[in-house]
Amino acid sequence: MPDEKITLEILRYHPETDEEPSFQTFEVPYHEDWVVLDAINWIKEHVDGTLTYRWSCRMGVCGSCGMMVNGTPRLTCAVFLNEFHPEPIKIEPLAYFPVERDLVTVMDSFMEKLQSVKPWLIRNEDEEKPLEEGEYLQSPAELASYKQFSMCINCMLCYAACPVTGLESEFVGPAAIALGMRYNRDSRDQGREQRQEVIASHDAIWNCTFVGECSVVCPKDVDPAGAIQQAKVESTIDWYTSLLPWTKK
Amino acid sequence: MAKSNEPIVWSLFSAGGVLTALAAPALIVLLGFAIPLGWITPSFEHVDGLVGHWLTKLFVVALVSLGLFHWAHRFRFTLIDIGLKSLDTLITVACYGGAIVGTGVAVYVVWL
Repeated sequence: MPDEKITLEILRYHPETDEEPSFQTFEVPYHEDWVVLDAINWIKEHVDGTLTYRWSCRMGVCGSCGMMVNGTPRLTCAVFLNEFHPEPIKIEPLAYFPVERDLVTVMDSFMEKLQSVKPWLIRNEDEEKPLEEGEYLQSPAELASYKQFSMCINCMLCYAACPVTGLESEFVGPAAIALGMRYNRDSRDQGREQRQEVIASHDAIWNCTFVGECSVVCPKDVDPAGAIQQAKVESTIDWYTSLLPWTKK
Repeated sequence: MAKSNEPIVWSLFSAGGVLTALAAPALIVLLGFAIPLGWITPSFEHVDGLVGHWLTKLFVVALVSLGLFHWAHRFRFTLIDIGLKSLDTLITVACYGGAIVGTGVAVYVVWL
């Protein structure tokens, strides 16, 4: 039915002219096989070229097009219009992030948090084997122990879903902690102690009250809430073992 | 970042949740239904011997105490999350303090 339309209410904000963000309504052709991102792209091409948002791959891999779709953080490339049609769809920038322009958020705080958990392989320099000895091999079981956490695409939906990130701006947050755990779990990695400085701190796992929405909205089934709970158990064991006289440093 | 001492209260919270989830339903069935409805009819000597045993007393105190710590931790974060973070110290003292007092009462009732 080519003449059918669907209404998109999009939060607009241009800091050089707007005092505060406000909603603008667009009528968009309704196609059953269109995702929300297709509709937004249509607006940009045919109605208002100044509409600003992030997107790239259109296939749930790059993690750029996360927005609040009717109040829920979603990848707009993975939400079909037919989920809502004929009701209107409300599109807002990801919650709890400062808005830079229209649907674009400022990601600086997330980038800092991500770096703080050192999400890369760390080796003790004196234990590094020479290149000619080849790569560090891993068994399928060793791969399986961290693979789930490695699926994160940094789309930040989990931050927009987590009420704690809204209340505590310092909270390191679900994705960063899950990525830290991804490297802690990696048999090639030796950096857990360095990461614990951040992960076991009050601003990281102990700020989490296990709401669990991060795992609900994750488009890659990473289960950050599970990662945080595992980190809590491990950090608690660390804490009690550090009290034992023979483990005191 | 400073190392957190949260593991103390979190482990009590966690233990309380596990113990309550495992033991409370069994106790409710046993004390709330099975005995009052006469599904089982233990003798007085049997029950007296059971509740008088130090292991039973320890279990009851642990169940009450850890259950209270579970409540304290959850309630503390509930209050903080609804916007009372400025009262954090007072809330923390009241919640965990309440659990400690409750533990004392449990010890007093069960043992003394």
